[in-house]
Amino acid sequence: MSLPILKFDAVVVGGGGAGLRAALQLSEAGVKTVVLSKVFPTRSHTAAAQGGISASFGNSEEDNWHWHMYDTVKGADWLGDQDSIEFMCKQATEAVAELEHYGMPFDRLENGKIYQRPFGGHMAEFGKKPVRRACAVADRTGHAMLHALYQRNVKAQTHFFVEWMALDLIRDKDGDVVGVTALEMETGQVYIIHAKAVLFATGGSGRIYQASTNAFINTGDGVGMALRAGLPVEDIEFWQFHPTGLYGAGVLITEGVRGEGGYLLNANGERFMERYAPTAKDLASRDVVSRAMQVEINEGRGCGAGKDHVLLKLDHLGAEVIDQRLPGIREISIQFLGIDPVKQPIPVVPTCHYMMGGIPTNYRGEVIDGVDEKIVKGFYAAGECACASVHGANRLGTNSLLDLVVFGKSAGNSVIEYVKTMDEPKELPENAAEFTLARLAKLEAATSGEKLADVRRDMQVCMQQHASVFRTQKVLDEGVANILDVYKRAQNLYIDDKSKVFNTARVEALEFLNTIEVAVATMVAARERTESRGAHAREDYPDRNDEKWMKHTLYYSNGNRLEYKEVHTKPLSVDYIPPAKRVY
Amino acid sequence: MAKKMKFSIYRYNPDTDTKPYYQDYEVELGEHDKKLLNALVKLKEELDDSVSFRRSCREGVCGSDAMNINGRNGLACLTDLDSLKEPVVLNPIPGLPVIRDLIVDMTQFFHQYHSIKPYVIDEQPMPENERLQSPEDRKELDGVIECILCACCSTSCPSFWWNPDKFLGPAALLHAYRFLADSRDQATNERLNDLNDPYRLFRCHTIMNCVDVCPKHLNPTKAIGKIKEMMVSRMV
Ligand SMILES: Cc1cc2nc3c(=O)[nH]c(=O)nc-3n(C[C@H](O)[C@H](O)[C@H](O)COP(=O)(O)OP(=O)(O)OC[C@H]3O[C@@H](n4cnc5c(N)ncnc54)[C@H](O)[C@@H]3O)c2cc1C
Ligand code: SF4
Ligand code: SF4
Ligand code: FES
Repeated sequence: MSLPILKFDAVVVGGGGAGLRAALQLSEAGVKTVVLSKVFPTRSHTAAAQGGISASFGNSEEDNWHWHMYDTVKGADWLGDQDSIEFMCKQATEAVAELEHYGMPFDRLENGKIYQRPFGGHMAEFGKKPVRRACAVADRTGHAMLHALYQRNVKAQTHFFVEWMALDLIRDKDGDVVGVTALEMETGQVYIIHAKAVLFATGGSGRIYQASTNAFINTGDGVGMALRAGLPVEDIEFWQFHPTGLYGAGVLITEGVRGEGGYLLNANGERFMERYAPTAKDLASRDVVSRAMQVEINEGRGCGAGKDHVLLKLDHLGAEVIDQRLPGIREISIQFLGIDPVKQPIPVVPTCHYMMGGIPTNYRGEVIDGVDEKIVKGFYAAGECACASVHGANRLGTNSLLDLVVFGKSAGNSVIEYVKTMDEPKELPENAAEFTLARLAKLEAATSGEKLADVRRDMQVCMQQHASVFRTQKVLDEGVANILDVYKRAQNLYIDDKSKVFNTARVEALEFLNTIEVAVATMVAARERTESRGAHAREDYPDRNDEKWMKHTLYYSNGNRLEYKEVHTKPLSVDYIPPAKRVY
Repeated sequence: MAKKMKFSIYRYNPDTDTKPYYQDYEVELGEHDKKLLNALVKLKEELDDSVSFRRSCREGVCGSDAMNINGRNGLACLTDLDSLKEPVVLNPIPGLPVIRDLIVDMTQFFHQYHSIKPYVIDEQPMPENERLQSPEDRKELDGVIECILCACCSTSCPSFWWNPDKFLGPAALLHAYRFLADSRDQATNERLNDLNDPYRLFRCHTIMNCVDVCPKHLNPTKAIGKIKEMMVSRMV
């Protein structure tokens, strides 16, 4: 069967922060671009980001990008690539100023400059004392940023295909990427989008876990598509558990609460972070705080009837500060738990939040394959789906929004250069859509088998139990066996609804087939890493092992194969920051 | 203890149905199913995967799941099941073409939003760092920038139902005000000229439905009033 073919110079898959920043670069350069998004762009999950975006403006006290770089390297537990990290931290003020120029309504200081708040792991003088580096719009920074970027794209007349879902990458015989297949949800029609360059900005995949701060649509599509196309995913065993997910609901309570002076209490009313991180206390890195919370809970000092959470106290900040700086938090807490934080502390638990790993790229946003980092021509990635490796083993809060705009722009610039080198897209391979159509046909034909809701839930339970805050060999070995079993069952998926128009059951099934790829990759990669680094905490291997493990994991889905490659130790202009013990 | 709840849902699939109808469901709720969206997700997972609605963030920040709930527009993810009378009657938000079930075609709504030039216009060369803005000037934007473009307001506005192509509707007008109110924007005059039209702005008859339903507690009527004030003060 032949499909309709649409031709562009560049196709951006994803209309979140990274996709919109990239699209803007392309539109303003006059590159014929289309942005595909499963949802109207402002509905992307970037809208949920609360706390801030980092840039060392030093608006409140001295700061500079060298300190920001040091914090990021340390936060990443030395698994980040230092060339990418330097690139991002150095560009930060320019990138955030651009957002202001686009109209992003930052909160302001009396002198008219952007308001900045303290955040976990943000320190002055190479780790000495907390510094205010997180640029904020109350506790709705992501929403304000996403809307400003969308608005600027309206101005630049960017072309969108809204509620289109990319299904598979198309690679030609040289392995170059020449387009994607995509489903137009409203009609059910599948298209081939033929392009000189494809840029993925499909966001995270937090929905592999049962409890997550992520939206329903964060299903790891980009990673799933890349894996199916024979490309690797990097460092996927590293998942950030945010210390303060709302107990029972999973909704995020920003670290900005602690930035503004809130702190955590155990059942004894003790401010326990003082024991775990004497200097930074509640503003230590996220992995550190989440582990401390889990230890408190495991040792019986959790709160509530089930002793299964801790409390986040902020009433001492007063109603005025809370309403001005944290109004969204107050709303969420009342909405979902009926608790007004002006009067009572908020029950919180460590909750899956962010995927540090992703499609491997260099700092130019070019996708790279293998140990020798061969460039995959025509393929680019940015944002949470990518791994330029700035976050390494643990991301610092506010560094993701920064990553979106810095690498969105950088990847956009790389695409601009690349599309200039050719008049027409490289030819489509014969049967470019065969793979996609076969997958769809199988799903259409299945009238019995595994029910989507069942397999999806089993995947989430498995991840929650076997790849959580603390891990051991035994738990991971079982986890691999379990998740491979779920994977097998996922191949027999069926849905009842077979209709064409806006079939959300089909969309969910196709999403799940991506999510399960990410889940398997996570478990397999985690099982092999016999050390503790950043968010990957092994009870049986409690220490970081630089000699053996200061290297990136590359996972390929074919045969669940793992390879390992060097961490980049050459920054662009400054000296290498050598590994040290991570104390906060 | 498991609790059951009754729903009556507007169904229409252009593939198979010649006209819309209501279908009744009884959904068994789990202990964490607090919001209407939880119940809908469960319904789709366990009873009928063909029931169609949009959703994403499940926390009231993306604007996907606006629907008409027992006669009133709201977000499923922020609506407490406890607050609802049974059977819970769910309709698509009114006034826009239905694509399928609770999913409407939002083209007209976004068209109006796009038409107010929803971006800061300031053609001067930009400084290296941020432009300055005083906290007081910035405060003017509170109560406006929180809009999530859910369309609860515009699709409960009678003036928008009658003239969705000509009247901007409360959401787009709220945004029109957002840019007029931004001290960084340099296009006040052009913006006011564009709004000075018997339909675009002046079809608002202050019926206040919009204020009533906004899930973010915003007040489009107040914004509309402020635009009208700006027009008047420009004339004198
Ligand atoms: C609750 C929460 C709060 C956060 N707070 C902060 C913060 O304060 N600071 C910070 O720095 N970071 C924060 N983060 C992290 C940060 O917000 C995310 O990492 C970031 O927004 C991801 O942006 P993105 O552009 O990569 O993806 P998203 O914004 O998730 O966008 C993904 C896009 O891809 C599209 N898409 C996906 N798959 C397909 C497909 N198959 N076909 C077509 N389109 C597709 C989607 O429609 C969407 O438009 C937070 C995260 C969460 C969950
Ligand atoms: S106040 Fe104006 S905009 Fe709001 S519902 Fe009434 S007519 Fe519509
Ligand atoms: S003003 Fe309120 S109801 Fe209207 S679109 Fe915005 S958030 Fe929704
Ligand atoms: S699902 Fe996002 S607003 Fe309700």
